[in-house]
Amino acid sequence: MNIETMETHAFDVLVLGSGGAGLRAAVEAASEGGVSVAIVGKSLLGKAHTVMAEGGAAASIGNVDAPDSWQTHFYDTMKSGHYINNYRTVEVFAKEAPARVLELEQWGAVFDRTPEGRIMQRAFGGHSFRRLAHIGDRTGMELLRTLQYKAISMDIKVFQEVTITRLLMDGSRVAGAMGYYRADGHFILLKAKAIVLATGGWGKVYKVTSNSWESTGDGAAMAYRIGADLKDMEMVQFHPTGMVWPPGVAGLLVTEGVRGEGGLLYNSEKERFMKRYDPERQELSTRDVVARSIFKEVQAGRGTPHGGAWLDISHKKADFIKQKLPGMYEQILTLGDIDITKQPFEVAPTCHYQMGGVQAHAETCATTVPGLFAAGEVACGLHGANRLGGNSLADILVFGRRAGIAARDYATSLKKAPEIDDTQVEAEVARILEPFNRPDGENPYAIHQELQEAMSTHAAIVRSEDDLKVGLNKILSLKERAKRMGIKGGRVYNPGWHAVFDVENMLLLSELIVRGALERKESRGGHWRSDYPDELPEMGKWNFVHQYSEDGDRITRVPVPEMPPELAEICARPVAPGREKVAGSSQVPPRKE
Amino acid sequence: MADEFILSIFRGDADGGQEVEYRVPRVEGMVVLDAVHHVQAHEAQDLAVRWNCKAAHCGSCSAEINGVPKLMCKTRLDEYEGQTVHIQPMKTFPIIKDLVTDVSWNYEVAKKIPAFHPTVAAPFRMQQWDVDRIQEFHHCIECFLCQDVCHVLRDHQEKSQYYGPRFMVKMAEFEMHPMDRADRIPQIKNEGGIGLCNVTKCCTSVCPQHIHITDNAIIPLKERVADRYYDPIRNFFRKLGGKGDESQPE
Repeated sequence: MNIETMETHAFDVLVLGSGGAGLRAAVEAASEGGVSVAIVGKSLLGKAHTVMAEGGAAASIGNVDAPDSWQTHFYDTMKSGHYINNYRTVEVFAKEAPARVLELEQWGAVFDRTPEGRIMQRAFGGHSFRRLAHIGDRTGMELLRTLQYKAISMDIKVFQEVTITRLLMDGSRVAGAMGYYRADGHFILLKAKAIVLATGGWGKVYKVTSNSWESTGDGAAMAYRIGADLKDMEMVQFHPTGMVWPPGVAGLLVTEGVRGEGGLLYNSEKERFMKRYDPERQELSTRDVVARSIFKEVQAGRGTPHGGAWLDISHKKADFIKQKLPGMYEQILTLGDIDITKQPFEVAPTCHYQMGGVQAHAETCATTVPGLFAAGEVACGLHGANRLGGNSLADILVFGRRAGIAARDYATSLKKAPEIDDTQVEAEVARILEPFNRPDGENPYAIHQELQEAMSTHAAIVRSEDDLKVGLNKILSLKERAKRMGIKGGRVYNPGWHAVFDVENMLLLSELIVRGALERKESRGGHWRSDYPDELPEMGKWNFVHQYSEDGDRITRVPVPEMPPELAEICARPVAPGREKVAGSSQVPPRKE
Repeated sequence: MADEFILSIFRGDADGGQEVEYRVPRVEGMVVLDAVHHVQAHEAQDLAVRWNCKAAHCGSCSAEINGVPKLMCKTRLDEYEGQTVHIQPMKTFPIIKDLVTDVSWNYEVAKKIPAFHPTVAAPFRMQQWDVDRIQEFHHCIECFLCQDVCHVLRDHQEKSQYYGPRFMVKMAEFEMHPMDRADRIPQIKNEGGIGLCNVTKCCTSVCPQHIHITDNAIIPLKERVADRYYDPIRNFFRKLGGKGDESQPE
């Protein structure tokens, strides 16, 4: 027992996750001083999955298309989410996104410019106006780096490469977190009055994914285990354009910016098939529609040699492509041996984002556990059944800040710091070390691989009752085997050991995805059931909430919050606000073919 | 074309270690990091390697491949057809285990960089040509390969004297921002130690983001330092004006 090597700290606000949402929350929590703030990341600072966001941050600043407004952004986001979003979350988001983007400029972010010298905005799928503030095709990196340097200039304690394995409780409220340093394996106990979960998604449950290794859903799984409600878990986004070939890079993201800048999709018969599936928006339809269309083309035998579609931007000038999409140009040239300024390349859907997650209050990001707040991909409410591209980077800014404020207010309102009894800590220490007792136990990497196979085969872009049930059984038997996961080696930087906890979290969340998918007997947004191919008005009235119980997952239907008349009126309009004058013309800005 | 690649990966820690040979089945288009992952999943669960995105965006998987500092995720194995691929951790930083080094010194330096300091409120009016120059510096993924190869840091261990190329790029990013109003030149010269760079451009040659570190960041900063401190004509007028204090030359 190495409990004597445990390091203990206490903070008013503890932020778990050092991506964009976590950093934005920490910056806000620390902004007024007088509150101690810490941020914990599983990786080094500045490496979080936010760096992978490419296309831009959606905000109705209206620098390029003046008629844009929060109402239009609201309209687009609700429509794309197929109206199971929390309307109030969307309203707050659409109203605040412009200020959050502009604030980044104040902190050193340098966006691309319009000819007038303002922040440039680009077109993206499902957005009625050119709305995405961007920096070439590396917007996420710019956001993360800006927030990272802002955070280190403030009084915020940063813990890098720390795995958190459990949230600790004082009665029914959250009281801290514990885990260990990855570098040497020594334990760390972090006491806190308030905790912000900003731990991102769990795209690593699928084999073909754009997500980095970190996306294992630790925060969502830990929150569920202490009783937080999870919602809409079946809603998984498959991004239409992941790389397909060579196999080593399958799933790697090709930014929607390629289509935003004029890229076109073709099938093996050189047909612009998106004209058939969505005549109005075509390539700039929403991600659920484009991903499904590519999938259907491949099923119909019109796929590319490696089972995808052709994406072509070579009709644009080489200099333009290299300026607007420098990362894509280089990535596809280096890893795929293809020069995108000269020829088309193959793309296919790749798991990209979780719309579902920890239920969070629209204004405070409060979860159902007192003291616990959630922001960013781990949270649920904004995106409904399908996320719009560019809404995620704006999401982390708007709700990162709001979670920071709410956590700070909650922490300062507490009369007495929560207490953590030793039994919780001792039990967790024993659990963390257990895999070392089984050097010949189940290999966590093998379990992970089998889980990814099961999810990709039975619960991916197309689903059916029979398939989902087979998938569920596979997951449940893997869960049994996972109880015997074991590892070799010591506690110093041992990735096998780290993988054990990642795999446990992914198994749990995979089970919830499948159970949610079984429950939603319709097709809506990212959730496509071949046995229930239609979107059903009756099902659109419900969100599915998952709760932990001793006997397993408990799913309840809760009504989707009903919009007040002034918002319902916006959604009921036949055309997006601001586009009335151009009604009848194309939904998207004019494009050269 | 062989149906497998031969890797020789450093295994060890601060107490020493040696390269261990592994054979990995060929998959078309595979990169070094794929092969390392294969070894980890099948032969050595505890093989330590740092990585995140596997797409050259995060800058985590820096290592020395056949002696050259590179990102493992961006280095194709078929570049080494017929050769054993030697994979070593970065040499400039203390080793933790196998391919993972302790890069915390870089984060200590990062904290010394004064934050961006505009005196007007956003939204800014700046033309694209105003920002083209600094946007190049924003491409940095903080992989620290430039720090690894910099001989001031690597061979002379002058970490206390020089911030290194990465942080000269960061300094340049703020210094050349049209809206920044902080005076960064004294720090660049003194604590930053820009004078120790003797322009061998090794940093530029290893940068996976192709940032012209030496030409576009370090040399212009050196010029600003020289203008401030070593221009004889300016110095003459400065002395006439009675402003001889080096740290407050203007």
